[in-house]
Amino acid sequence: MYYNVFGEKVSKRRYKEMCDAAKNRRELIAAGLTSRRDLMKMGLLTAGGMLVAKSGLSARAQTQSQTGAGAPATRTNNPPSSGSNTSPGTNQNCVPGNQTQSPTTKPFVTPLPIMPIAAKTALNTFDPQPTNDPNTSSGADGTEHRAFGHQGPERFPGLFPAATMLGNNYYKIHQRQFTTNQMSPQLPPQTIWGFDDGTHGPISPGPTYQAFYGVPQMTRNINSLPNINQVNNTGFGFPSVTTHLHNAHNPSESDGNPCDFYANGQFCDQYYPNVLAGFSTPQFSGTMGDINEALATLWYHDHRVDFTSQNTYKGLTGFYCLFNNLDTGDESTGFHLPSFPQFDIPLHFSDKVFDPNTGDLVFDLFNLDGILGDKFLVNGVIQPFLHVQPRRYRFRLLDVGPSRFYQFFLTGNINSNPTTNPFWLIGTDGNLIPAPVQVTSVRIGPAERVDVIIDFSSFAGQTLYLENRLNQLNGQGPVAVDSQLFTQDEAVNTECTNVLAKTTPAIKMAGSGDLILQFQVSSKAVKDGSADPRTQTFYSLPSTTDTPRLVRTFKFDRLNGQWSINGQFMDCGIGPSGFSETFRFTVQENSSEHWLLTNLTGDWTHPVHIHLEEHRILSRNRKPPTVPTDLGRKDVTQLHPNERVELFFRFRDWLHKYPIHCHNVVHEDHAMMALWHIEATGDNIQVP
Amino acid sequence: MSDFSRRKFLRLTATAPLAASVLGTNALAETGKSLAPITGTTAAAPKTVRSFAPMTQQVARKRIQEQHLPNLSMFTHEGKRVLFYDDLVKNKVVTLNFFYTHCDEVCPLVTANLVKVQKLLGAQVGRDIHMYSFTLKPEEDSVDVIRNYRKKFGAGWTFLTAAPKDMEKLRVAIGFTYPDPAIDKDTTQHIGNVRYGNEPLMYWSACPGMAHAEFVAETLQWIIHPR
Repeated sequence: MYYNVFGEKVSKRRYKEMCDAAKNRRELIAAGLTSRRDLMKMGLLTAGGMLVAKSGLSARAQTQSQTGAGAPATRTNNPPSSGSNTSPGTNQNCVPGNQTQSPTTKPFVTPLPIMPIAAKTALNTFDPQPTNDPNTSSGADGTEHRAFGHQGPERFPGLFPAATMLGNNYYKIHQRQFTTNQMSPQLPPQTIWGFDDGTHGPISPGPTYQAFYGVPQMTRNINSLPNINQVNNTGFGFPSVTTHLHNAHNPSESDGNPCDFYANGQFCDQYYPNVLAGFSTPQFSGTMGDINEALATLWYHDHRVDFTSQNTYKGLTGFYCLFNNLDTGDESTGFHLPSFPQFDIPLHFSDKVFDPNTGDLVFDLFNLDGILGDKFLVNGVIQPFLHVQPRRYRFRLLDVGPSRFYQFFLTGNINSNPTTNPFWLIGTDGNLIPAPVQVTSVRIGPAERVDVIIDFSSFAGQTLYLENRLNQLNGQGPVAVDSQLFTQDEAVNTECTNVLAKTTPAIKMAGSGDLILQFQVSSKAVKDGSADPRTQTFYSLPSTTDTPRLVRTFKFDRLNGQWSINGQFMDCGIGPSGFSETFRFTVQENSSEHWLLTNLTGDWTHPVHIHLEEHRILSRNRKPPTVPTDLGRKDVTQLHPNERVELFFRFRDWLHKYPIHCHNVVHEDHAMMALWHIEATGDNIQVP
Repeated sequence: MSDFSRRKFLRLTATAPLAASVLGTNALAETGKSLAPITGTTAAAPKTVRSFAPMTQQVARKRIQEQHLPNLSMFTHEGKRVLFYDDLVKNKVVTLNFFYTHCDEVCPLVTANLVKVQKLLGAQVGRDIHMYSFTLKPEEDSVDVIRNYRKKFGAGWTFLTAAPKDMEKLRVAIGFTYPDPAIDKDTTQHIGNVRYGNEPLMYWSACPGMAHAEFVAETLQWIIHPR
């Protein structure tokens, strides 16, 4: 099955022409016709930078036999070109990016660490004491760096307690440098950064928050990393931080804005209201929000503008699990999901590179495209194993990036004839979907999460693996992820990627992918108090039928290596206040909008993340989404090459500044981000 | 890495000297030497592991220099011969970007934008931060040509040319490449970013050359006076 850039099925012949056009263009350039002038002189390039619609040269040109003479090169309903001179319509995920060469390590010798539950800290140890407005006095914890007052107690005093009235729900978390040998017994100790809750010491991934709806809490995030003015570095990382709680429906002063960063000696009190979206609207004020907007699997990470990729790679990431009276964390109540934390386990996936000579964790500081590692870590350990009982488990899978996409399969019988085993998808981006869906694989990109149920009861005594079979060569995105050229689950030979001198499959064969996590299933039968996914239902999906107040378009593009949104670049606009003061557009509180994300330049996949509110995917290239992970509520949407994705949003409750950005953090750090506001009155800017 | 060299590498790692040196923060061995197990380590310590050179700031800084900051010979717009690492980057806060004088799209925009950035940075330029622009087409851009180009834009920082193969080395070393070799060769699509770094503190990132000048200047202040 072959598709063109508009999502239409095309014949194999037509598809071959598209590939040939890409190839011809490369040959033209290789032949020395490198300048636009040369190509224009030959009549092969239009003044607008598009290759002329000549069959065999432009991927968008079509053969006469198919469409008749004079078929337009581009459709009029495309968003206008911003003048990009990236080749149109080509799909050439070609050259391996990072030359990775880590030392060999022995897999499956270290047990999977499970991050401890974050420990609370008594309010009387806070110095200075928290205040609703940014603290003006300093103390042992340092000086506060917060943009403005806590919106919860200041705008909704009846609903949210003051900063000092949160009972025992306080956390004091230091970001610290520490040295660990956790990653592999074959590697030397590594000096990295992590989170210290005062009880468990600095760890990475950080401690897991166990939070509850209806119980507001505060985290004092203290930068205790090395002094930023002294050489105290292992070659990457910038000890200036701002900690974002990813996907939380949080007020903007506590969101961890990328521009509101601070160095050693400063802190930010982040007030997490743990409240459902819609709580301030008439429709849902009686229920403190819409239960169908309940979140479950969130994560926190550094968001320092320009340095997020280095700082998260160096360890500044962790989980935040949010429960309520349905998703209780206790399998004897509510939805009867496997009990937290024994049978409900967060899995933090990251890929890294180690120096072949020194064994040090290294980071390619000079990369613009995206960074891949050749070592796969789960919860901070390279290829760990986990003893499980023959029963159901809930796993919360998180792709930390920086740039890797995964397609996870549950592989058994690895030594002879590998088997692919089904499991249950129950949540997308940490949100329970209406009912579990049985799948044989799930694909996630940077920052995305999936919650799954794996039932080990029929595998007693066996060994299984979580295997990534997605082929990805460089930071551009997975091979043949292009949803127009290939269906998501189809294992294809990608003719367009033939530069490696052999065909590269989009999906590797069972057992020949990356075996990342080993499950050793004990043989003794056990009682399972969790519900059978076949019988379960969770929340309904919020409706998407409201007429949008506005449709905004966001074109994700690469302009001479500069990552852009609508032809513009990230701008913090930090003013005299010391905080970001500039923004591109304003959304109106209590309104719905459609956001069109477009990526028509080919080659690159962008996992696009929008803060504050979740979204639903209305269409991909004008067709309803079909992949199970696209059907639920989302906070990151994979924007594939040559794609136009339409999203539905409701904007509610909290005001002021939030970003939209690519979560391939290398793209994000190189300006593929825009700040926007939500205020009582919105604007009408359609192409911000 | 080619298949051959990868195989070779794997063979080498398989036969590298091994040492038990993984527990404890000081359990570091010199390359090529085996160490006896460290007393006080637990029984869980593996019997043999490969030994590694100690990780230090110097090692990290040298790694960055060797991989990304080659000590290439160049000429400034004044015709002065300089070495890229030793003279331009070492112990300095810098910006690095590429241009060529006959470039009629991205380069004039970036150069004009950097002139604004330079004005915003004022007296810091040349003292606290050193700005460098390198020609992508040294075969066309002689010392005289880049001097005139610099003058035309009213730019107050250093423009450089070098042997074409050296300039290509520098471009690749600082990561101003495109993964598709055809596009990578196409100079009209060359990278318009500005690499910025504080070499002694090992802080490096990049920003678009066409970003708002005020924001580029603000960004550079973060590494001149880190915060």
